[in-house]
Amino acid sequence: MTEKSETAARTAETPVLETRGLCKSFEALRASRDISLDLRPGEIHAIIGPNGAGKSTLIGQICGTLKPDAGSVHLLGQDVTHQAARLRARAGLGRTFQISSLAMEDTVLQNAVLGALGASGRSWRFWGDALRDRRLVETAEEALVRVGLQDSARHRTAELSHGQRRQLEVAVALTLRPKALVMDEPMAGMGAEGSRLLTGFLDQLRQEAPILLVEHDMDAVFSLADRISVLVYGEVIATGSVDEIRANAAVREAYLGDEA
Amino acid sequence: MIRETHVNALTLALLVAIPLWAVIADEPFTITLMTRAAVFAIAAVGLNIALGLGGLVSLGHAVFFGLGGYAMGILAHHAQTYTALSEWPVLIEGTKSMPVIWLTAIAVSSLAALVIGILSLRTAGVYFIMITLAFGQMFFFFAISWSEYGGEDGLSIYVRNGFPGLNTLDPIQFYGLCLALLCLVLVFAWRLAKSPFGLALNAARQAPVRVETVGLDPTRLRLVAFVLSGAIAGLAGALFADLNRFVSPVMFSWQTSGEIMVFVILGGVGRLFGPVVGALVFVALEHWLGGLSDFWHIYLGLLLLLIVLFGRGGLIGMVCGREAVHD
Repeated sequence: MTEKSETAARTAETPVLETRGLCKSFEALRASRDISLDLRPGEIHAIIGPNGAGKSTLIGQICGTLKPDAGSVHLLGQDVTHQAARLRARAGLGRTFQISSLAMEDTVLQNAVLGALGASGRSWRFWGDALRDRRLVETAEEALVRVGLQDSARHRTAELSHGQRRQLEVAVALTLRPKALVMDEPMAGMGAEGSRLLTGFLDQLRQEAPILLVEHDMDAVFSLADRISVLVYGEVIATGSVDEIRANAAVREAYLGDEA
Repeated sequence: MIRETHVNALTLALLVAIPLWAVIADEPFTITLMTRAAVFAIAAVGLNIALGLGGLVSLGHAVFFGLGGYAMGILAHHAQTYTALSEWPVLIEGTKSMPVIWLTAIAVSSLAALVIGILSLRTAGVYFIMITLAFGQMFFFFAISWSEYGGEDGLSIYVRNGFPGLNTLDPIQFYGLCLALLCLVLVFAWRLAKSPFGLALNAARQAPVRVETVGLDPTRLRLVAFVLSGAIAGLAGALFADLNRFVSPVMFSWQTSGEIMVFVILGGVGRLFGPVVGALVFVALEHWLGGLSDFWHIYLGLLLLLIVLFGRGGLIGMVCGREAVHD
């Protein structure tokens, strides 16, 4: 991870993705309290925090499935706070889900073609075979090769293992040629081997699209992240490099405990 | 397991062979039954686009079926009474020409599907079912009180409408026309399912959040599916009215919506030939069981119950198993 020091030096660059003062409450529960974060080119910015810290709420607001009560979201310098999720996706925001949300009855290839379809704007074609459309299929197959799923392309998605579904999640996000990626626990439920492979893949992917990574797997976070933000009770209590976060007393107390 | 394509081919063969036998054996009533099945099948293929591909449980497809029927009834009624449909601002006269009637039926039912779709697709699940049902009832009661066109008694059309080059009064020729339209609609549904739109719609049924994440609007996909579905049901309605030479508010009733849905579920939701098999089996049961007992609906209900409980893929699913993965 030699690029780490390089990317840390590039702090002056404009962020690809940024939140400013996001607030969101559900009745009495304040799930996001004045959250300001950014994601810079070439970096992996990890968000960690205990269960119920408001990580999913934050992701929802960034991706457009939840409306913030206050604050704004900026993608590539544009204010997208009031844009629907699909418009943010079109603008280059890729997302993977904590719980796989794939079309389970469809094949792996069909799922990947769906991504390519969204990016191409060809969804209003009522005639012609989607799986014979060379441009769509090439984009889809390329993404599947990159995550190592090319041999399973014709399998039904429901037949995939948990880890393979995670890989497919990433592949679908890649078909959009995203400018920024938001990944919600991509390692969850993966075996040691799968986790290691995906870590290696994300490590390379950051150059293409910076990644906002929500993850529970601390080994993965500490080996991948350029910066880490710690979320506790809806509030960012610390942002910094891996070493800074490891050393931070408040973080140790609130979250890391004996793990660090 | 028998392959689905073989079942489809067999169904198509029966659709051709049975009426031909009926001509030779001089059994015109069998041809009428087959025409009834073919027309029901067209409506069900239409519903299957919304239900099977889009996952939209519509209990309001009688609206489109009925509108198709009334489009035929009203146009033919004015033609046979030599009165104008409207004199101002433009003169619109009735017609006895099937192609014109079909296009009118398709246009009217698409428009209705667009409006109903925009309003009802804001909801999902049970609420969607209830809203589509409510629209059905609205049209039903409107038709009952529309005394200008027969009200509760409906409209009788004395002579079947014409199609260039055919004698539509001959049962087998009219059947051929309906079968040709059924085939056309099937080809359309088949291509649609494989098309980029079909792929997106299919995914929107299974994982709407995913579809949104790739930059597509699931609601808009569903709306277009609903309109296409309604248009086809409207065409079927016009044919059904021509088959009976009669339209009545019953075409708008919720029982009609239910029957169209029964065809699809009986044959197999989401299967290309599911609606066709369903309509054929329904008409056969209606005829035979109806002849045996006045309570034939109980047996039909029992059959439906068994199919829903033990064969999620309908009759086609029971014979062919799960749908093959597309190449």
